[in-house]
Amino acid sequence: MARKTLLEVRGLTARVAGVEILKGIDLSVRAGEVHAIMGPNGSGKSTFAKVLAGHPAYEVKGGEVLFEGRDLFDMAPEERARAGLFLGFQYPVELPGVTTSSFLRLAYNTVQGARGRDELDPLEFDDYVQDKLKLLDMDPAFLERSVNEGFSGGEKKRNEILQMAILEPTLAILDETDSGLDIDALRIVANGVSHLRSPDNALVLVTHYQRLLNYLTPDFVHVMDQGRIIKTGGKELALELESRGYDWVADEYRTRQAA
Amino acid sequence: MSSAVLQNLVNQPYRHGFVTDIEADVVPKGLSEDVIRLISKKKSEPEWLLEFRLQAYRHWLTMREPAWPNVKYPKIDFQDISYYSAPKAKKKLASMDEVDPELLRTFEKLGVPMHEQKALAGVAVDVIFDSVSVTTTYKHRLAEVGIVFCSFSEAVRDHPELVRKYLGSVVPPGDNFYAALNSAVFTDGSFCYIPKGVRCPMELSTYFRINTQESGQFERTLIVAEDNSYVSYLEGCTAPKFDTNQLHAAVVELIALDNAEIKYSTVQNWYAGDEKGVGGIYNFVTKRGLCKGVNSKISWTQVETGSAITWKYPSCVLLGDNAIGEFYSVALTNHHQQADTGTKMVHIGRNTRSTIVSKGISAGFSNNSYRGLVKIGAKAGNARNYSVCDSLLIGDKCGANTFPYIQVNNNSAQVEHEASTSKIGEDQLFYFAQRGIGAEDAVSMIINGFCREVFTQLPMEFAVEATKLLGLKLEGSVG
Repeated sequence: MARKTLLEVRGLTARVAGVEILKGIDLSVRAGEVHAIMGPNGSGKSTFAKVLAGHPAYEVKGGEVLFEGRDLFDMAPEERARAGLFLGFQYPVELPGVTTSSFLRLAYNTVQGARGRDELDPLEFDDYVQDKLKLLDMDPAFLERSVNEGFSGGEKKRNEILQMAILEPTLAILDETDSGLDIDALRIVANGVSHLRSPDNALVLVTHYQRLLNYLTPDFVHVMDQGRIIKTGGKELALELESRGYDWVADEYRTRQAA
Repeated sequence: MSSAVLQNLVNQPYRHGFVTDIEADVVPKGLSEDVIRLISKKKSEPEWLLEFRLQAYRHWLTMREPAWPNVKYPKIDFQDISYYSAPKAKKKLASMDEVDPELLRTFEKLGVPMHEQKALAGVAVDVIFDSVSVTTTYKHRLAEVGIVFCSFSEAVRDHPELVRKYLGSVVPPGDNFYAALNSAVFTDGSFCYIPKGVRCPMELSTYFRINTQESGQFERTLIVAEDNSYVSYLEGCTAPKFDTNQLHAAVVELIALDNAEIKYSTVQNWYAGDEKGVGGIYNFVTKRGLCKGVNSKISWTQVETGSAITWKYPSCVLLGDNAIGEFYSVALTNHHQQADTGTKMVHIGRNTRSTIVSKGISAGFSNNSYRGLVKIGAKAGNARNYSVCDSLLIGDKCGANTFPYIQVNNNSAQVEHEASTSKIGEDQLFYFAQRGIGAEDAVSMIINGFCREVFTQLPMEFAVEATKLLGLKLEGSVG
């Protein structure tokens, strides 16, 4: 039986501050799959992730995106999140004065409510969250701190994956979750993400490096350059990029275009 | 979600903007010695009080309106205001049952518990409608422990010696322009006296309402806490919507004697004018507490959400050794509201301590200033002050300012001042949204977090009310 298509992107173009960043992206993600999007700095990887999540600074100019068959651009950013689309931020935002526990609980209950499930009261939620903390080897004391305020880079990234673990999204897009992590933290975070995989959900990993993919084996590796996906391959493509860099892919693409 | 979205959240209609159709006894507009004599006569006041008023009036004539606050408004024509408005009573009221039912309905609409049996557990209420105290609940129960809690007029009649002793002792009639005006024309207010060693068994509460258009409200509050006593006092304010500005110039005086503590909390929600800045209350208020005795303590907690213009600095004069002054404030301004508010902590006694926590939230086109003075006198050995002033901006058309004044005349003093300005940014709201949380909940979470230190100082019922009020005020400014 063919697996359900979660995300269908066709000819997506988008701009920020009048500059076209995405110049026609096509991508199809089915349940159970892991996709890696790689590419040089400024190729539009993070923009793509933010456009899917609905960041207000980006203007969609053309193309369409279906999320589980629904027009994604008909949905407000919070509706996308409630529908099961999760973005792990490259630079998680600090929320001074907002305690992590109350933030996580409101997020959880809002998403649960949208799925027609029961909300948890603070005590029940605490039980629920303790298990998730263990998964990521996190200190419970961090629940009492303001969201991301004064967190180290590694703590912020773990907090992103903790939120993913709590919200159980259908499609998680992790934007450079591996950057700024030391080897141990990377292993913990990658194992945490790996633990959350199921045949019903999918992962899109935006990354510069092969190292995350050692833990999370991609079914597809896409190379982005100048706002387009210029090559798609299997997991071996990531290894090849690691040894040869990106230039040859761009050259190959130009040659193909010229032909 | 743009800043336009943010603006909507703040654009919540004012819910207390109705006018009660009730006959009022209004003195013709204008101010003169004759008007003051008329007010005094209407209230059957003793000669000394009339004299107090007239002296204040004569002093006021020599004074000028202060120009230093960071607020802008057209010049006020003090002859175009009516200085006395009272709900017309056919006869002297003996009990609550005789209060005009229209008036009762007004307060029901406002959610003020006037019937003692309906009153929230343990809150005694004094209600001031326009200029006159309408009713005071729980009076008898309080009297059993010797507490006097009544309207100012009754206090003048029944406890003239106390009123005469303390009136103007903290805020002298000539203290400032608006205090002088108030001293000349004040019509009623609340009076509270806690005798020695008594811990007031319930929260005392005054509810102020301006109803008549073109009338000013000039009430006077005087609270005296004798040695070893304690009282917690709450004040709430609303007014109908009018497209003219109304003046509210109150004076509040607190006196804490040896080991006494007064906690004074305000949730101010006067009509703020419409979204274009038309109408609204000018709230020019002088509030000051005197920590007269040793180990005395006065805490001001205020949540300021209303008024077109707010100009007030609840202050503490720390005269007794080891006295403590506290000021916890949340001031929210939206649309074209202007607030210039803060506190003064004047350290005179030794080992005196003060804490200032000010949280300003600006949205729309509003302007929100903190202005505070910390003064350490030459004899105030080991005085300590800690101040923190945080500003939060919503949108990019509003302003926040901090004007701290620090004067230290004793080198054993420790004075700390911290200030910060932050902004609810698009990226924060997007982060919330990406976790399924809509803009309104996000802003409310940020604001509650921002104000937490102040809200925890409020009595429980008030804390809930304040949280709701800020939510309402900001509803629709993000959307």
